[in-house]
Amino acid sequence: MAFLVNLALGLLFGVGLIVSGMSDPAKVLNFLDLFGTWDPSLALVMGGAVLTAFIGYRIVLKRARPIAGGGFHSPTKNNIDARVLAGPAIFGIGWGLSGFCPGPALTAIGLGATGTLAFVPAMIVGMWAARFVVETHPLTSRA
Amino acid sequence: MTQFTPFASLIGGMMIGLSAVLLMLWEGRVAGISGIASRLLPPYRDGIFLSRFGFVVGLVAAPLATMALTGEMVARTVSPNIPVMVAAGLLVGFGTVWGNGCTSGHGVCGLSRLSVRSFVATGVFMAFAFATVLVTRHVI
Repeated sequence: MAFLVNLALGLLFGVGLIVSGMSDPAKVLNFLDLFGTWDPSLALVMGGAVLTAFIGYRIVLKRARPIAGGGFHSPTKNNIDARVLAGPAIFGIGWGLSGFCPGPALTAIGLGATGTLAFVPAMIVGMWAARFVVETHPLTSRA
Repeated sequence: MTQFTPFASLIGGMMIGLSAVLLMLWEGRVAGISGIASRLLPPYRDGIFLSRFGFVVGLVAAPLATMALTGEMVARTVSPNIPVMVAAGLLVGFGTVWGNGCTSGHGVCGLSRLSVRSFVATGVFMAFAFATVLVTRHVI
């Protein structure tokens, strides 16, 4: 049941990425190209998503607990440290080079483009490397 | 050039937001793709592997479902430059996990929760992405 509900929500999320145009690296790179072929569409993707989640979270979090599972697990960290500056900086460079962030990259696997098939395995290696560093050096990388 | 698509982008964005809200309603978690995808790798701590696996299967299946429903190809223009795409993949994978979130976790979910940490993270990755495209398209 948990698998099927999450599959449906992943589908909704992924179709949203496709309908919005966010899943197409060309459109993302044009959004990021302020001084060239700027396409402001993705500001509306972000606006629509944040507005919906802002209102929806306020309704959902009035409940005592979620439908399945014991409680709400919202992230609790709210400090500004080196990790929350360096991580997004590294990510931003990769996003600007490729036009892919993790969600759109995953929705692109099935379409099988050469660039995607190079990007996704490298992304998984990068994720694994970051988790390895966090797990093995908890003191130096405490978030 | 790509077309400005305000209506489709707004609707698609609202679908993404709705998915995030329903995931919070169903099992009380934020819809951060880098967090969900990276925790499919070991070590496993919290016994919700199947949930995460389901969400990722849904993402991967989304273009196939869209094509089956509409009968149209999903447009996608991906750079064929393999060294650049491998480097970008490593940076995106490492940076999102090291920084605890990506466009969805910090951007959509974090901003919606008014998290200061996510506002900072989103500002930083947007700034570096704008700067990277400025350099690759107008300087080099």
